[in-house]
Amino acid sequence: MAAGAHLDVERIRADFPILARKVNGHPLVYLDNAATSQKPRQVIESLVDYYERYNSNVHRGVHTLSIEATDAYEDARGKVQRFINAPSPQSVIWTRNTSESLNLVAYAWGDANVGPGDEIVITAMEHHSNIVPWQQLAFRTGATLKIIPETETGRLDMEQAAELITERTKIVAATHMSNVLGTVIDVKTLAAAAHRVDAVMVVDGAQSAPHMPVDVQDLDCDFFAFSAHKMLGPMGIGILYGRPEILEAMPAWMFGGDMILEVTYEDASWNDLPYKFEAGTPNVADAIATGVAADYLSALGMENVWAHERQLTQYALDRFAELEPIRLLGPREVDSKGGVISFFHDSIHSHDLGTALDQLGIAIRTGHHCAMPLIRSHDIVSAARASFYIYNTEDEVDVLIDGLKEADRYFSKAGVA
Amino acid sequence: MQRGLGDLDELYQDVLLDHYRNPRRTRRLESPDAEVDAINPFCGDEIHLQLLMGDGRVSKISVTGQGCSISQAAGSLLAEIVDGKTPDEARELRELFRGLMTGEELTDEQADRLEDNLALQGVRRFPVRIKCALLSWSALSDALDKVSPAG
Repeated sequence: MAAGAHLDVERIRADFPILARKVNGHPLVYLDNAATSQKPRQVIESLVDYYERYNSNVHRGVHTLSIEATDAYEDARGKVQRFINAPSPQSVIWTRNTSESLNLVAYAWGDANVGPGDEIVITAMEHHSNIVPWQQLAFRTGATLKIIPETETGRLDMEQAAELITERTKIVAATHMSNVLGTVIDVKTLAAAAHRVDAVMVVDGAQSAPHMPVDVQDLDCDFFAFSAHKMLGPMGIGILYGRPEILEAMPAWMFGGDMILEVTYEDASWNDLPYKFEAGTPNVADAIATGVAADYLSALGMENVWAHERQLTQYALDRFAELEPIRLLGPREVDSKGGVISFFHDSIHSHDLGTALDQLGIAIRTGHHCAMPLIRSHDIVSAARASFYIYNTEDEVDVLIDGLKEADRYFSKAGVA
Repeated sequence: MQRGLGDLDELYQDVLLDHYRNPRRTRRLESPDAEVDAINPFCGDEIHLQLLMGDGRVSKISVTGQGCSISQAAGSLLAEIVDGKTPDEARELRELFRGLMTGEELTDEQADRLEDNLALQGVRRFPVRIKCALLSWSALSDALDKVSPAG
């Protein structure tokens, strides 16, 4: 491990089979981690192990396989609970992804508690999945959606936040870290403001939980949503943390097997938490693999993960300064942002940049990043984004910068740039 | 084998780049017979297409928008080739262009009919970009259906 290094990146890289891949003849440089992370061998093997050794339905059999599957499934819930310091395993609900987690809150809590004249406050930095569920809730209930603006330096305007959160506010929903700007939002302060007016605080943690230490009790949020696939886990499984007393009072949303206590043709009653919110056969294999992913990250130490990414981001920000025609979105200082750098070229569209970089084996995100209102507010239609994780290196940042220079030369020669 | 950006030449042919830098037929029409906005929801590319008909033909066409070089050049190339065509002729061209994108074998005669649009042939080697090239053609389809419902 190099001096000053927070992670043994070489050892980590050896755990990720996909990083040995070549793309268009070049070693893969994977810089699209804010979209989804790659998976270590340990996570992949846990999926195979489950299906080869103890695949079975949970919570219903008395046979050995069902007992083993149930134990592993609930064990994984405990791992996730500890990963975000939730107060109890019952406060951790498995969903399909962050979007489903947020929809669960919007439908189950929102429809029961929001009415005409009420207000829902979100921020100008939200992913579509933390905009549209609230917008639809507002349409259904006659509530109004309010937006906390972004400052000129790419931060959240906390003064405006204090003014927008009022007695009429029922829900404050904010991303913990912007998937476009990388800005880290002080959700703890927002939660305190929400609680002063008896509103609930919903945090979209899709971009924060994989990268920084998260303690939902310290944040004092009421809901915290995130996805496994961005934190080394499999696709198709997400998590919703809910404050236990709120989950207890919240009506069920989806109905079916596993979530019931007793059913007659006249009525039905609901199972205890967390099963009240987990209708149907759950995604057992992916839940177990999510537990493995959480363990993998915990063993590295989330402080180290965060420090590694910020160091890499600082290095990248310094190197981006060499690229004259390229402009950055969001804060320029790593003290207020995580490992996400969005940028655009003065005259080359991000898709053309993305195609060129792909020729060199470099994977970045291009387009509107599922945040159209945010992208439009910057008077652009599209941006490119490089986002980092535990296995990325300064060498890879160099490859990106060289690739951007080469793309710039290519399109300049073509008369475009 | 490591490759540089040379392979991009197949995608970014001179004709395409020329249309991207200097798109044709971008003047908005005052009172078009049909007007369509097409948006690619995955990338946000936009095409705004207007048609004015006269004597059963496209007498004026305007294509504007914002997006990548492929989507915008394809719109400009479309505008040039569709100008003056009947709706049926334009639909035939659309089918030929789709064939060009999906890798169908075109006869020499069919290829000739696509004129400069053949410059987009390289797009089919970059499958993720095919939808960029087809965006304005899908706008054209909708516009044609407005002025001349498909038989």
